[in-house]
Amino acid sequence: MSASDSSSGRDAATSERALSFFRDRFDLNDSSLATALDTALERQVDYADLYFEYTTTDSVSLEEGLVKSGDRHLEQGVGVRAIRGERQGYAHSDDISLESARLAAGTARAIADETRPHAPVEITPTRAGHDLYAVATAPTDVPVATKVDWLNEIDSYARSRDPRISQVMASIVCQHKHVLVAASDGTRVADVLPLVRMNVQVLAADGSRREVGYQGAGGRYELEQLRDPARWKKLVDEAVRIALLNLEAEACPAGAMDVVLGPGWPGILLHEAIGHGLEGDFNRKKTSAFSDKMGQRVAAEGVTVVDDGTIPGRRGSINVDDEGTPSRRNVLIENGVLVGYMQDRLNAELMGVEPTGNGRRESYAHMPLPRMTNTFMLAGEEDPEEILKSVDNGLYAVSFGGGQVDITSGKFVFSASEAYRIEGGRIGAPVKGATLIGNGPDVLTRVTAIGHDLALDEGVGTCGKDGQGVPVGVGLPTIRVNDLTVGGTEG
Amino acid sequence: MSNARRDTTSAAEMEAIVTHAIEATRRAGASQVDVLVVEGDDREVRVRGDEIEFVKQAQGRGLGIRALVDAKQGRQTSIVSTSDLARDAVDRMAEEAVALARATASDPTAGLPEGGFATEIPDLELFDPQDRNVTLEARIEDAKRAERAARSFDPRIDNSEGSQASSGHARVVYGNSEGFLGAYESASHGLFSEPLARDGDSMQRDYWMTSGRKLADLEDAAAVGRKAAERAIRRLGGKRVPTCEVPVIFDAMTAPSLIGQLASCVSGYSIYRESSFLAGKLGEMIADASVTIIDDALLPGGLGSKPFDGEGQPTRRNVLVENGRLQTWLLDTYAGRKLGMASTGSAARGTGSAPRVGTTNLWLEPSDASSGATLEAMIAELDRGLLVTELIGMGFNPTTGDYSRGAAGLWIEKGEIVHPVEEITIAGNLGDMFGQIDRIGSELIRYGRTASPPVRIARMTIAGA
Repeated sequence: MSASDSSSGRDAATSERALSFFRDRFDLNDSSLATALDTALERQVDYADLYFEYTTTDSVSLEEGLVKSGDRHLEQGVGVRAIRGERQGYAHSDDISLESARLAAGTARAIADETRPHAPVEITPTRAGHDLYAVATAPTDVPVATKVDWLNEIDSYARSRDPRISQVMASIVCQHKHVLVAASDGTRVADVLPLVRMNVQVLAADGSRREVGYQGAGGRYELEQLRDPARWKKLVDEAVRIALLNLEAEACPAGAMDVVLGPGWPGILLHEAIGHGLEGDFNRKKTSAFSDKMGQRVAAEGVTVVDDGTIPGRRGSINVDDEGTPSRRNVLIENGVLVGYMQDRLNAELMGVEPTGNGRRESYAHMPLPRMTNTFMLAGEEDPEEILKSVDNGLYAVSFGGGQVDITSGKFVFSASEAYRIEGGRIGAPVKGATLIGNGPDVLTRVTAIGHDLALDEGVGTCGKDGQGVPVGVGLPTIRVNDLTVGGTEG
Repeated sequence: MSNARRDTTSAAEMEAIVTHAIEATRRAGASQVDVLVVEGDDREVRVRGDEIEFVKQAQGRGLGIRALVDAKQGRQTSIVSTSDLARDAVDRMAEEAVALARATASDPTAGLPEGGFATEIPDLELFDPQDRNVTLEARIEDAKRAERAARSFDPRIDNSEGSQASSGHARVVYGNSEGFLGAYESASHGLFSEPLARDGDSMQRDYWMTSGRKLADLEDAAAVGRKAAERAIRRLGGKRVPTCEVPVIFDAMTAPSLIGQLASCVSGYSIYRESSFLAGKLGEMIADASVTIIDDALLPGGLGSKPFDGEGQPTRRNVLVENGRLQTWLLDTYAGRKLGMASTGSAARGTGSAPRVGTTNLWLEPSDASSGATLEAMIAELDRGLLVTELIGMGFNPTTGDYSRGAAGLWIEKGEIVHPVEEITIAGNLGDMFGQIDRIGSELIRYGRTASPPVRIARMTIAGA
């Protein structure tokens, strides 16, 4: 996987398309944006911004061999924010118009009482500097019939893999989002964000035992890319394999042991264990277990972790964040030492640092927060086989469901969906999903081996914070972590 | 603080929009249709230390259309939603809904309920008209009182994530092509405080909250702050315990999650999909005989109460488990038809989704007061075990019942709390866990839609050091 490759100039096309969308459909132009911002600035506020959004989402889903429903949702609105010091006022409306933006601005500025004269806002176009996910066909414009046919193919293919597969559920979810951000410092930038996703879940039944296997994939790219049979069949094979494997799984061991994490989605370890703890808001307020640890060793030598919003086509990638700051590649931990936090504008300003392009929000109805994009550990040099061989008695965890973290205590969990015992350096019996728990600030200090096989996940992650969900990515090479608590039932 | 607001849509206007959408969708070719319109007005404030951190105000509207088109051997279904309630926009959505439905498969089970719609809308005391005029200043003051109480509780409370107050009003109108049209108004108010405690290197957070349909139902703001602070302080110095098998008590904040997980496995959808570990167990003992679990949508003032469900069916009190025996699945019309049973009035519906089974006010019945099972008594009775006060992670598999979650709490030896515990997991199987409930608390306090008294499970595996 290579890091960002942003060719300058191309970004103008996407941004221009988004601007003309809002101009043509909603009559929004630079002078109307400035007028709405002026309303907010009539009070003593430091900063104000507008966020316009127009999102179409469609999903088609199948169960019991039938595409039972097609859904189509339109979400549109404007969110207006005023900031004064640490204080934020926020109001939003589901109507995209100058009038509703001004009305919302009048509400948002209520955090400040005093009126004041101010210079009129001068809008200046901002450039993202990269165009990471332009598509020829919006995924929501692909005919529903195409998606229906595809789901039927997925269903018959999955059932043909093994007679024990008794249920197949699958869905295709497509989103096409237009956003426009304008701020009192003159920032004005627009973007068009496609997002596609395919999910397949199968139920395997054998006697009285039933197990589910799930696999999904997606990103910001043409739906055609996922529709390639070579690609989706591999995903279905995986879901089938996991369900069948879990039919044979034994009870998981319990207790502290050495754990080998496989490449890709197990990167959720980074997201939970350290990612959230390095978000600017928690560190500005000093409520994170990582507060005041800048420049200190928080991971073993050789561990480098980055958050990179600029990888073309990835689910967690963004051309600009939801405050108009261009995304970038931020190094969080360099060779074991904490070197960077992820920032939105508010927290960057209050901490006296630069915003890092991590100010994100779920929709116009939500205030921006510092959030992750694609978070991963850089590859090391070791052979994954050798890493497994180095463990005498432990757990090999290959795939995970969700995770969660307590930012303040630093304790995090993530739940395995595919795991095996390691016995004498060899992969042993599959074990039932177990939750792994650890302490964020020190777990990476116990990384004793890093493989050369860095992989990013398939593109299914959604991160929740303060009730807001945003798409994210994770990645990891095979690593060995010593003394991690495995939450099984076999003492 | 002054603010400019859009006028809310009147009840009559919303009903007119629903009627218009039903007609437009039928005109476009649907044989059946139902429409949901929701309008909400929400305010939220957060105070941290002496400062207001944010003030958020919003009005939102949404319209959802479910179109059903007759096809060979069944009906084709689509769901469309939008926040644009203008007539011409609704007309376009109606056309789109029918076109979308025609692209899907014919499903012999799909369709609106065949009658049985709610004939009266009971007054469930879902809001207090006085609360509509609550000012932002009043809610800021509540948040400030909670924050001050938390911060001044103990010198070790030196920071916080803040205290947050919210007030929301919503109006729901639902109608369908079978002639049902119903509406109701509801409110919800909340207060939440999340302080941080610090002692040397140990830093811990915890929270306390109160919520209700009426402001008058909320716990005193200062008490919320104090309880939150007390909970954060008692976590200081938490440590792992060795891996072991011991009795585990879930307190009133953590026990409800067990009840919710069990209820999710009683949903008719998970039964016909065979993805619940309870499939095939109707009428069987699935829990200790002391366990009775109820879902009651008609509880006056209940946070989950509603006068009719997401398909216009009357809501009711459903006993899911009685004295340990599984009594019913939770069903809407679709899941009911799949299983050859009638709806239990459990359809939950949002503007952007088809009806699905949901719980309303769900709880585990407390034991009789004569049991003497206060939380204090349950702790005193325990020779060696764990009191769980917080759970993290999503380690529950509904298909198998396998359960493994991160936990924090208090370690108990010889009836006394010895030290806080963290960085451990508790694991078992939900079916076994309900079978091994050997003590249920005598006090039920509803902190949310799902509630439970404290519960003791005879044996679980704790993974730690």
